[in-house]
Order: sequence, then C-alpha cells, then structure tokens
Amino acid sequence: MAHAYTPGLRVTTRTRIVKERRLPLKGEVVVKAGEVMRAEDVVARTELPGNVQPVKAASMLGIHQEDLEEYMLKKVGDHVAKDEVIATAKSFFGLFKSHVKAPVDGTVESISTVTGQLIIREAPIPVEVHAYFDGTVTEIIPEEGVVMEAVGAFLQGIFGVGGETSGELALAVQKPDEELTPDKLNESHAGKIVIGGSRIQLPAIDRAKQLGVRAVVVGGIDDADLKQLLGYDLGVAITGHETLGLSLVVTEGFGRMTMASRTFDLLGGHVGRRASVNGATQIRAGVMRPEVIIPTETHLTDVREEEGEVQGLTIGSPIRAIRTPYFGRLGEVTALPPELQKLESEATVRVLEVRFPDGSTAVLPRANVEMIET
Amino acid sequence: MSEGKELRSILATDCGSTTTKAILIEKQGDSYRLVVRGEAPTTVEAPFEDVTKGVLNAIMEVEELAGRKLLDGDKIIVPQNGTEGVDAYLSTSSAGGGLQMMVTGVVKSMTGESAERAALGAGAIVMDIVASNDRRLPHEKIRRIRDLRPDMILLSGGIDGGTKTHVVELAEIIAAADPRPRLGSSYDLPVIYAGNQDAIPEIEERLGGKTSLEVTENIRPVMERENLMPARHKIHDLFMEHVMAQAPGYKKLMSWTGYQTNSGWTSAPIMPTPAAVGNIIQTIAKQEGIQVVGVDIGGATTDVFSVFQDVFNRTVSANLGMSYSVSNVLAEAGLPNVMRWVPFDMDESELRNRIKNKMIRPTTIPQSLEELIIEQAISREALRLAFEQHKALAVGLKGVQQERTISDTFEQSSSGETLIDLLGLDLLVGSGGVLSHAPRRIQSVLMMLDAFLPEGVTQLAVDSIFMMPQLGVLAEVNERAATDVFVADCLIRLGTAVAPIGKGKEGQTALKATIQLPSGAQHVEVPFGSMVRLPLAVGETANATFEPQGKLDLGSGPGKSLQTELVGGVGGIFLDCRGRRPFEIPTDPASRIRKLTEWSDALEVYPKEHATASA
Repeated sequence: MAHAYTPGLRVTTRTRIVKERRLPLKGEVVVKAGEVMRAEDVVARTELPGNVQPVKAASMLGIHQEDLEEYMLKKVGDHVAKDEVIATAKSFFGLFKSHVKAPVDGTVESISTVTGQLIIREAPIPVEVHAYFDGTVTEIIPEEGVVMEAVGAFLQGIFGVGGETSGELALAVQKPDEELTPDKLNESHAGKIVIGGSRIQLPAIDRAKQLGVRAVVVGGIDDADLKQLLGYDLGVAITGHETLGLSLVVTEGFGRMTMASRTFDLLGGHVGRRASVNGATQIRAGVMRPEVIIPTETHLTDVREEEGEVQGLTIGSPIRAIRTPYFGRLGEVTALPPELQKLESEATVRVLEVRFPDGSTAVLPRANVEMIET
Repeated sequence: MSEGKELRSILATDCGSTTTKAILIEKQGDSYRLVVRGEAPTTVEAPFEDVTKGVLNAIMEVEELAGRKLLDGDKIIVPQNGTEGVDAYLSTSSAGGGLQMMVTGVVKSMTGESAERAALGAGAIVMDIVASNDRRLPHEKIRRIRDLRPDMILLSGGIDGGTKTHVVELAEIIAAADPRPRLGSSYDLPVIYAGNQDAIPEIEERLGGKTSLEVTENIRPVMERENLMPARHKIHDLFMEHVMAQAPGYKKLMSWTGYQTNSGWTSAPIMPTPAAVGNIIQTIAKQEGIQVVGVDIGGATTDVFSVFQDVFNRTVSANLGMSYSVSNVLAEAGLPNVMRWVPFDMDESELRNRIKNKMIRPTTIPQSLEELIIEQAISREALRLAFEQHKALAVGLKGVQQERTISDTFEQSSSGETLIDLLGLDLLVGSGGVLSHAPRRIQSVLMMLDAFLPEGVTQLAVDSIFMMPQLGVLAEVNERAATDVFVADCLIRLGTAVAPIGKGKEGQTALKATIQLPSGAQHVEVPFGSMVRLPLAVGETANATFEPQGKLDLGSGPGKSLQTELVGGVGGIFLDCRGRRPFEIPTDPASRIRKLTEWSDALEVYPKEHATASA
C-alpha cells in the first residue's frame, strides 16, 4: 500500500460551507433561493402531531367497556377543551353522576370498547429550522428545507456537548497552552463564542454560564468535570441534545491539551466576527464531529478549495499523535516502513516514524496518528 | 439442506457495519477446509450506497489470494465449473446497525421476557420492552415508541384463552404512536403479533390498516411453556422482506445467495449476523453433546450466546464494548471494578481521561504495555457485565406454578432461576478484537477466566478471524461443511482450565494433581490463591486425577477426587486455585498489585518487566 490514509479533523481558513437544513417531517419552506440569511432566521417550519393522552374512561365511569360509546358526549374527531366533560354516566337511579373530563385541549382520536379507553390528541407542536449560519439559500428542498451556503473558515473539534448556537468570537487567553480560568471571563463575553486555550475546568464553565456565554471552544476538558457538567457519566459519545446553557467544543481531547496552534491562530484571526457552533458529536458509523463555522462572505464567490485531492499519509505529512504515550504531540512523518513492527505492547502492526518540532523522533502505530487536514 | 448434492466449494460473506468479510471453503478429500479469507470496507453508506460493491471487492481479494476465478464481471460464477466459480454463495449482514426491534408483553417478567428472548434469539437488538406493568404512563410509552423508530415490533401478551384487555391496550398504544420505520418512510412498519390468539380480530382491527401486521403463534400459549420458534421465523422473514429490502443494494445481494442442489439452484436467505453465530453455536452443542458459552466483544456491543440443557439463549449488551462504548463500561462497572484488574497504581482522573480519549478516537490501539493492560482490564469488566446480563435473561420461565410436595416447600428453589451452570460448562468460546487479537494468546485465557469464572473443568477457545457468522449461515445449508471448518480452521484451542469451587486458606495446598502429560506423568500441588500453567499442545490430550483439598469441589463433591481427560491448546492446562464462590481480589492496593503480578507471572501473561516499567 503506497499510502495510509487516516482521516483527521478539518481546520480550513477558507472553504465553501454547504449544509442541508431539513425538517424532521414535511412542512413549509418559508424562504426563497438566493435570499441572504442570518444564523437565527427561520427557513422552514412544520407541526409535529401532538402528544396523545389515553383516558381510562370506562373504569372512571364504572361501566362496562363495551357500553362506552353510549355514555360519550363527544365523537371521534371532536375538539375538546381541558376539563370539559366528555362522557357521563348516571348511577343509583340517577342520584349520582360520574364524569370524565378531558385532561388536555385536543381532539378525540379513538374510543375503544375493548379496553374502555379514550385517546385524546393534543394540538400539534410547532417545529422551526433556522439558517444556523450567516449565508445564502442556494437550493429549496420542497416541503423539507433548504441548502445553505457560505464561504468562510471551518473547523472541527474532536468532541462537544450542547447544540447549535451563534455569536461573535472573543479571545479569552493569550496563548494556546494557557488554561481558561474564571478570572479571564468578564461581562464583555456575554452572548459570545469564547476561545480558550489548553483546558477549561468546572468553575470557569459555571462562570461562563453565569455571564451568558453562548459557546466555549477549548483544547481539553477533564472527564471528571464533564461528568459534573452533565450530571451523569457519559457512556456513549452521542451528544448535542443537552441543555446546559452553553455549547462546548473540545478541539484536542480529554485532559489538559494545548490547542493546536493552527486552530488557535485561525480562531484568533477572526475575533469580532460572527460564528456558528454546534457541539453535537456522534462517534459511530457515520461519524459526526462538533464544528465552528466562521462565514466571511455571505455573497457567494468562487472558491478554489485549498485542499487538493486527499493524498493520504506521505513523507512530510503533518500529523497529530492521538494516543498515549505521545498523545497530543504534533509532528511530521519521516518514514512509512511497509513491514509490520512489534510495539512495546507486543502487538505487531503497521507503523510510521515521526519527527517532533524539538527534533526528537518516535515510532508510532499508524492507527494512533491523525492527519492534520487543511 | 442440500438434498444430497455435494457442494465442492462455498463462498460466504458477512457484511458488517464497517467491514465485509469473505471466506472460501473447499472440499479437500473427505472434509471441508477454509482456503482463504478476504475483506473490504462495507459500502452501505454514502457515497456508494450499494452493499454489493463491498461484497465484490472482498470476493476479488479472495480471488487473488486463492488464484481462482470466482467472478464474471459483477456476477459470481455458479455453479462451479472446473476450477472456476463456486457451488454455493451465502451471506449474513449486520450492516446499517443490524435489526433493531421493540417488543411488548403484558407482564414484563413473563410475556415481556419471552418476547425479548424471541427477538434476541432471532438476532435483533431489543431497544425497549413495553409492558402493561412497566410503570410508565401510556403517553410516555407512546412517546417512547415514536422516538425509537424500530425496524420492527413484536407484539405479544397474554396466554391463549386468557384476558384480552391488556394486549389490546398495547395494540392501541402502538396505533396511537403511529410509528415510522427507521429505514425510509415509504413502507409500513412491520408488526408481528404473537400473543393471545383469541384477541387476533381486535388486534387486526387496530393495527391492520396502520402497520404491516403479521400474525403468528403465541410465544407463551400457556404459562408453563414458551413457543419462540414461530415468532423467530417470522422475524427472519420480515427482516428479509422489509428491513433488508430497504437497505441499499440488498435486493441485488438477495438475488445472488443460494446453492446448488440436485434439482438446480436454490436461493438461500441472508441471515442477521448474530442469528448466524447463534446457529453455529447450537450446531456444535448439539453435535458434540456439550454445553457452550460463546461471547463476541466488539467496539460497540457484546453478544453472549449459550446452550444449556438444550436451551439456546442469546443476549446483546448494546452499550458494552471496547471502543465506542468503552466509556460506558466504566460508567456501568464503576472505577474500583476496573482498577481491581490493574497491577499498578494509577491516578483516577488520568484513567478517566484515557478512557474518554479512546471513546472519541475509537480506532487507536495500545502502543505501550501499560495501555494494553488497562484495555484488557476494561475488557474483563465489559465481559463480566455482559455475562451477568446474560445470566439474568437465560432463565427458566417465571410465573409458573410448580407442583410442590411438603418437602419442597423447605427448599429455596423457585421459578426463573438462571440456566447458566458454570460447573456444567464444557466449552467457552471468545471472539472479537480484544480476545482474538491479544498479542499473547494466554492474555485471552486470563481475560476469560477472570470475567466468566468457569468452575470445574472447562475448555477455552477463541475464534481466530471471526468466521462464525459465515459458518452459521452455512450450517443451514450444509451442517457438515460448517462443523468441519469450525473445528479445523475457525477455533484456536487455548487449552483447559481446572478451577475448584470454594474457599481455602491462602498458601495452603488446595489441589493435588497427577497429569499424564506426553512428556511423562507430572505431580503438582497448587496452593490456594495461586495459578499454575502446564504445557499440553493443540491436538494432545492427557488423563488426569485431581484431589481437591478440604472442602474444595471440582464437581464430584467437597474434597472428592476427579478423574478426567484434559484437552490441550496453545496455552496448555491452567490450574486455577484462586477460589470460586467467592472469587476474591485483595482490596488494598499493595496486596492487589502483588497478587495480580503473581498470577500474571505464573501464566506468563505479560513480559516480566511490566511491574517496574509501569509502576
């Protein structure tokens, strides 16, 4: 094999950003192709069928279930208001009346004479899809959504929590190896996306939430702090639905991790610009990484993509080590020996040789590096 | 079965979620043998969206390695013509997340559990069990069904002639949820009804128009008996007709699978991968008349299969695995349980970060010995928890009124006891990366001993290259070919473990053994708390006499001797006198490290320098 290809995370200064923005089920698209949108603008909306509330009507009335229809005041399809009497029965020569009241506003969906149960469906739940980033609508997917496009910087993190948000980029540290501590956060960060350095710990996350920071982009986080933040020990990396008060994008990994200088410089170069962040991560087949989008041109221009065809690992490729004992170190590939080699763990695998910026070298399993993609 | 026609060669593929694996089997003399194996990335997802591309790529690799022409363009050559083509092509699939089901029952521990066993045995992942008594409110159940979007629902509940109300209520809940299938919205969700047969008209009325309803026999016709096979067959049929047919390229693949018989070409169904693995394990148990446990530990899930007293059970622990789910092993087992297998000190925060880093970069491998030891420590807990879950589901029927005599009432026996009898276990088979690819085979031995704690005399093996799925689907067509290859090429025999039950005094003799090794008779005395390894190669056997000391028991009774034949393997014989019921590891760190190092050294599990290198 001439090349080994290990996909890495994208960190790109200028690229065409294209995203489909779809409704979960069919609905109405409220924009037109060519319109320029802000991140928070609605592009499509629909209504999800309402929740259903079963009511054990026969037992509440003290009647046989097969007689239920006789006692109903409403039919299937009728609208009912909360607390409205929908069935009634007299007993003991009409001295006592028992009622069934609607538990919610809605419509009668079904009346069962086998189970004696009614089903009331609540009003539909409105769902809206936003543009997510500042850009142009380039395509309408009828009844489903749109395709949004912009030109700008794009970078992926390795792990994140919290959903989509947007705001102005702000820098809270001077260097990529500096920790984002509570004292570095202030009122000016409210409503912004704050760039940290090597790590953020719980007190700083709490401070950021208090201040109304929209998102934090940082090199690393300790798992113990993540557990505190979520309130549970995360078992499987499927995130994005959390409501934490802010979104978090981790660019390198767990622990104290100096943010890759390329990432730090790219973010730092756009301070003051509007950006969009999504913390959603899904590490399964069809992997999804958290991302930061910094649109620089909402009117589309031709973009000659910086990257050529993916070449795979070759001599000279910039890489990042992604497993102990070299975890987080950046270097350059100096050799790709074809034969298998035995590691300290005694596993026999394909390896590569790497030179680190301080001149030292090491042999690493190919599975334990990722290419730094541009 | 192949109706007497002898198959000269068989090609079989397993389409996994990431890799498609192909094997070529040929008849050589009187028996069938594996010839070569090839693999290629699975092509179910974009940009290919056609599973057959990956299948053809894997077959092309087989062609190259075997030096035989199997393909004519994009077609498999069938039947075999001279040296070209094959007499059978079969396939299994777990691509696209496998078969994901939801099941229902009236009482969770009765029909609910029977439904779960039916679905798991058919190779499904059970996403949830909705039961009348599961303490959720109806609207919560409805929301859950909607959110899950299963591939299929198995609706069961009630015994024949019993009350209908509850199972009809479950049908009403499903109808109200109006669930859409996971793969595409162009077809109706398949629902299998296998409950109280008296309620069929009411079920048809409620679900007939809204879902693709299929009715089959009740899985629990009477309280005392389970009848799982009709529901399992129905699940397989619908898996093919509905679920697989929706996955990209499967219609084409389904038209390829089949085998040559006297009456011509007969098509064969594609099996869900776990169903095929269960099939081969049952075949082996039946043919050799043994009790078997098999485990497959993957990156995301761990499957456990067992055959005890001729009853087959399968469980899948959906979130216990070594990469995607590694962090969940820590969350479920707890840190102290993982740390008890680590023979050096380690900071908790550091360990937590390392495990999470493996989760977010799941394809990385341990480079240092320390990393390997940590990974194998986690695997022990993943295997242990998966086996615990299996023991809890592989049980006798609950809710059965047993006839009792006066004397019985003084015994503690009750219905719902686990069928898993570790003393009666004959063969423990492991597969999956961490077991199949351990740098030293003896590491797999110790991981399996620690996690499963087999008792008495138990043979251990690993599936070297994970071809159990292909052999499982082959067993449906030609049982002999499947078992020939399973015994000769699939299993790597690790050896036999001998572990007395009970507790002794640390350091005092626990077991005296006389073993007729090929090199001569060997007398060994093993102190309590220790392990001893003796060589006995693959294919060799040795007669042995064991005398457990004190109240220790090898199955003949406390302190009673046992004569048996031991089967060799790449690891040999393992005399494990660390105790069972209870098995204990010292809790203070210094003693724990000393004992773990002592066991590791006795079996030569890790290079000796690890203690100094890592501490």
